Formats: sequence, structure tokens, C-alpha cells
Amino acid sequence: MKSPAPIASAAQSSVAEKKRGFAILDSERWLGPLLIGPAVIYILLLVGVPFFMALYYSVSNTTSGGGTMGFVGLRNFSGVIGTPKFQTALKNTIIFGLISQALILVLSNALALALQHEFPGRRLIRFLILLPWVAPISIGTIAWLWIFDSTYSVLNWMLRLTGLIQGQGFMWLGLPHLAMGSIIAVHVWRQLPLATVILLAGYGSIPQDIHDAAAVDGAGFWRHFFQVTLPLVLPISLVALLFGLIFTFTDMVIIYNLTRGGPFDTTQVLASLAFYTGIAGGDLAEGAAIALFLFPLLLAVALGFLIIAHRAEVT
Amino acid sequence: MATVETRGIKKTFGDIVAVNGVSLLTRDGEFLVLLGPSGCGKSTLLRMIAGFETPTEGELFIGGKVMNDLPPRARKIAMVFQSYALYPHMTVFKNIAFPLKAQGVAKSLIPQKVDWAAGLFGIGHLLQRKPRELSGGERQRVALARALVREPSVFLLDEPLSNLDAQLRASARDELQQFQRRIGTTTIYVTHDQVEAMGLGDRIVVMKAGTVRQIGTPQEIYNEPADTFVAGFVGSPPMNLVRHRDYLLGFRPENFHPKILNGNTKVVAFRFSVTRVEYLGADRLIYGTLIGDFSEQKVIARLPATVTVKIDPATSYDFTVPESELKFFDAGTERRIAPQPV
Repeated sequence: MKSPAPIASAAQSSVAEKKRGFAILDSERWLGPLLIGPAVIYILLLVGVPFFMALYYSVSNTTSGGGTMGFVGLRNFSGVIGTPKFQTALKNTIIFGLISQALILVLSNALALALQHEFPGRRLIRFLILLPWVAPISIGTIAWLWIFDSTYSVLNWMLRLTGLIQGQGFMWLGLPHLAMGSIIAVHVWRQLPLATVILLAGYGSIPQDIHDAAAVDGAGFWRHFFQVTLPLVLPISLVALLFGLIFTFTDMVIIYNLTRGGPFDTTQVLASLAFYTGIAGGDLAEGAAIALFLFPLLLAVALGFLIIAHRAEVT
Repeated sequence: MATVETRGIKKTFGDIVAVNGVSLLTRDGEFLVLLGPSGCGKSTLLRMIAGFETPTEGELFIGGKVMNDLPPRARKIAMVFQSYALYPHMTVFKNIAFPLKAQGVAKSLIPQKVDWAAGLFGIGHLLQRKPRELSGGERQRVALARALVREPSVFLLDEPLSNLDAQLRASARDELQQFQRRIGTTTIYVTHDQVEAMGLGDRIVVMKAGTVRQIGTPQEIYNEPADTFVAGFVGSPPMNLVRHRDYLLGFRPENFHPKILNGNTKVVAFRFSVTRVEYLGADRLIYGTLIGDFSEQKVIARLPATVTVKIDPATSYDFTVPESELKFFDAGTERRIAPQPV
């Protein structure tokens, strides 16, 4: 008669344990933190810690080899700002960001507008436009490397074929202005899909009645576009522009793959210069200072855009 | 001012025939209502008149000129949408001014015209608001003011009252009609609501499945329906239709009364077995079936509250219809036919 009792109690306790386990999952106090926990830990470890380390590096005298971590104040900043290398990179960053975003804004609007309408092959075109975004960027850039190659350039070959140029052709990546232009072209090629998709969603959300009303009210194409359609997609355009701008200011993959900042550091932007100084050159402190130089500006830009987007919110 | 005419107009979307050979002609300054159930093609017809859709076949005339290939802005029309379609990012003033600017009206004249249109609809105090800050009724007035301000030759309205609550709808209907009478612009109004159609229209075009079933004044549509569809669609409750010999017999519920009420007029008598009585305040609706010659066919009678004859469910009564109120329809084609011996 002894044995059944412990079994029963063991069974009971396991049920109770299970219940307690479920009770934690059922309670909103625990379930919420449990589910959001991994994401918070991930962000803290992989974004928060490096960010604060970079903040400290920028005011220290750290190098990748040495163990020193002495505080030097703003010396890294004041030291680097005066150098021609930094000033070129800063100028390039601004030119690169503004020109590429302006091109993307115009082209993505035109594309989204065209893709709104039904035409044969629309699905195929939509798919092709998305392709640069889906393909790994390094592979895409290597293809561009061949297109811009000094000897085998497809672009030069085509220009020769159509009779637009004769002889050798351009050194696309070998001359400062052409190299910058090439980089901007590849960047536009890469970012256009995302901007187009965002704008397509924006255009699609405008009720057809509004377009019909504008048509009946006598608006021609330009008035219709600039006074009705564009203001209505403005908030979402700003979001696309914000993403694009921040992405452009912080990314260096295309430059790394196409020119490595050359010729003679003329296509260096702040992101790539920070990499070459901090990681390749080993001066972590100065690299961090370069990388963080634009941070306050970007933060202000982001806040500004978000405020405008919020204000422009319609209906 | 202008008339609108369609000649054999047809519109297909792939295999679907939305409008199938509609020919109609408005009179100058007329309030014409397109009435029909959803999917009958009335909105497509209106959209073709507006120029949003191109007719597959047939011709469209506005003011005597062919309009088939002209864009909406070249048609001198104005339209009010079911959703009002106000520009959400513009103030009321800019909304009303938009068509003026688009038509190149001199800048100095615009404020004065906007004020005039806004004054007509009593929305002068709302000019600096955005559409999202307005009530449904106010938005509708803004939409009307925007349509009116450029003094169009034809007004198109696509169910403009259906987003208003019932009370507002009645007063808006009244205002709409008064305003149309005052400006005297030819108006085409689309609705699926027969009460709106009866109340507003000079003439009603009843549509079904892309075709016109009947065009007539509200009285003609109601009293002399051209076929069983019109008879059943207009009127609430609809006309009773019962099969008799080889034709259909139609009579309105309000003409179907207890025998004692139809004194000396020539009547046709029915034996009516009541199943349910519904009190609606002003009226009593009596549901039941005909027995005898008419083999259990369901009908409805409508008695005004002033008639106090006692009617109970599960009881049979003698009911009559004045002979003059009987309508006859062909059982096959469902078209109206000449009176038959009952």
C-alpha cells in the first residue's frame, strides 16, 4: 500500500510543475519580456556595445595592436579634421550622398509612376527592377568592375560600336571624376529598387477617386503629378529618402569593391576612410573619430525627416 | 448647359459585359437618375460619360459633340464621388480653387468665385480647414462646391449621399434638389437607393445587367412598370407578383385591402391567409399567402395606420384589389402586357 502514494504525488507534482511552466507563458508579465528578450540582448550586444566602444575609441589613443586605452579628449577629431585626406572624404561623402539620392528620388518616382499602369510585361519589368536589390551587392559590384574595366570595358566597347568614341575609350575607374561618377551610378543602380518599391506602395495607397477627381477638375499631367500625387506620396518619399541618405553616408561596399578609395584617395568617403584608417591602418582611435564625425549630423537629419513626415501625414 | 446622349453605348471588361447597348438622351437642365442594383452597369455608364472609361462600342455626345475620345478635362463636366475624393493635403479653399486654377482662371478672380461657391453651401467658415477636420456632411458640401465652382455644363453624381447617416441624407437630398433647380444644370445621378431616385429624379433610368429596363418619371416607373424587374425593384415592399393562368399579375401592397374598404369600385377578390402582421407606426404590413385560385403564393398588404380593421395572424380574410390597379406581365418575357381577363 506504500507504493501508490509516492507515484500519485509524483504525478501530481509533475502536473503542478507543468502548470507552473504554462502559467509563466500565460502571464503577460513574463511572456512579453521573454519574447522580446532575445531581440533586446541582440541589439545591446551587437549594436549598443560596439557603438559605445566606438564612442570611447574616438576619444582615446587605442591602436589595433597596442593595449593602451588612454583618454585623449577630442585630439583625434582635431587632428584629423585638418588633413586634406579627411576633407576630400567629407566633400566626397556629401557629393556622393546628395547626387545619388537626387538621382534615386527622380528615377524611382518616374519608375513607380510608370509601373503603376498596366502594360504587357509589367511583371517582368518589376521583377528585373527588384533584381539588383536581391542579388548580393559584392557580386553585383564585381560585375560592374568588369563593365568599368580599363581594358575589357563593355561600356567602352558599346560606345565604340555605336561610334560615339574612337580608340582606347575611358578609364572609368582610373580618373577621379569618372571614378566618382561610376561609383554614383552603381550606387543608384543598387538603391533604386528599394526606393521604387517603397514609392509603388505609396502611389498604390492613393484612392483612384482622387486621381479621377483631378482628371475631371481639369488637371493635366504635370499639375496632377506635382499638386496631387506628389504631395500625397511625400511622407513616404521622405522615409525612402531618409533610409537612402543614411545608408549612403554609412556604406562603403561599392567603393571598397570598385576603387578602394583610389585613384589617390580621390573617391574616399568618410565610411571607407574610417575603415582604411581604423581597420586596415590599425589606428582604431582615429578611425572611430572619422566614423563618428557625421553621427550628430545624421541624427539631426533623421529627426528632421521624421518630424516632416509626421506633419505631412494626410487623411 | 448641355444635354448628354448615349447611342448604343457598350462596355466590356474582358468577357464581362458591363454596359450593353445603352441609348438615352437627357433633356436640358434635367435631373436624371440612373437606378439599379449593384453591378447593373450604372456606375460604368457614368464613368464613361465622365471620360474615365472608353466605350467599347457606341457614341457619347455632350452638348451635341462626340466625346468618345476626349479626356475628362475637355468635357466641361463636374463630378461628385461617393468618397467625395477631396484632396486630403489641401485646405477647403484650395480644394475648391483647384479646378479654377487647372482651367487657368485669372488669379484675382479665384477668391471671389470660391467664396461664392462656399456661400451657396454654407461652408464659408470652413475654408481654412483640411478635409480630415470636417464631418461627413461638411465634406459632401465641399465636394459639391468644388464641382459647382467652375460652372460645368453637366453634373455627374455617383452615390454622393450614401456615406451620410439616414437623418442627414434626407436633408441633403432636399438641399441637393433645391440647388439643382436653382442652377438648372443637367445632372446625372447614380444610386441604388430607390427612395433617393424617386425623390430626386425628373426622370429615372432603371438598369439591370447592363441594359436599360425603363426610362420614365418617378410616377411612370412606379405606376406603370415596364417589366417585372422594375415592378419588383421600385417600391418598398415591392409589387406583389402572382402567377395566374399563363401570365403574371401584379399589384402594389397599398392597393391590396380588406374587402370592406374597397366600396363600390370594380375589384378583383382574393382569399388571403395571414401569417404575420408587422406594425411600422404609420403603416401595417401584412404578410401571408393567397389561397384558392392562386395556389399558396406569397403576397404582402400594406394598410395605413388610419385603417384600424382588425387583422390577426393565422386567419383568412377576403381581400380585394381595384381592377384599375392590376398590372399584367408576360410569364415568359416578363414584359408588361395588355390587361387580361382575371
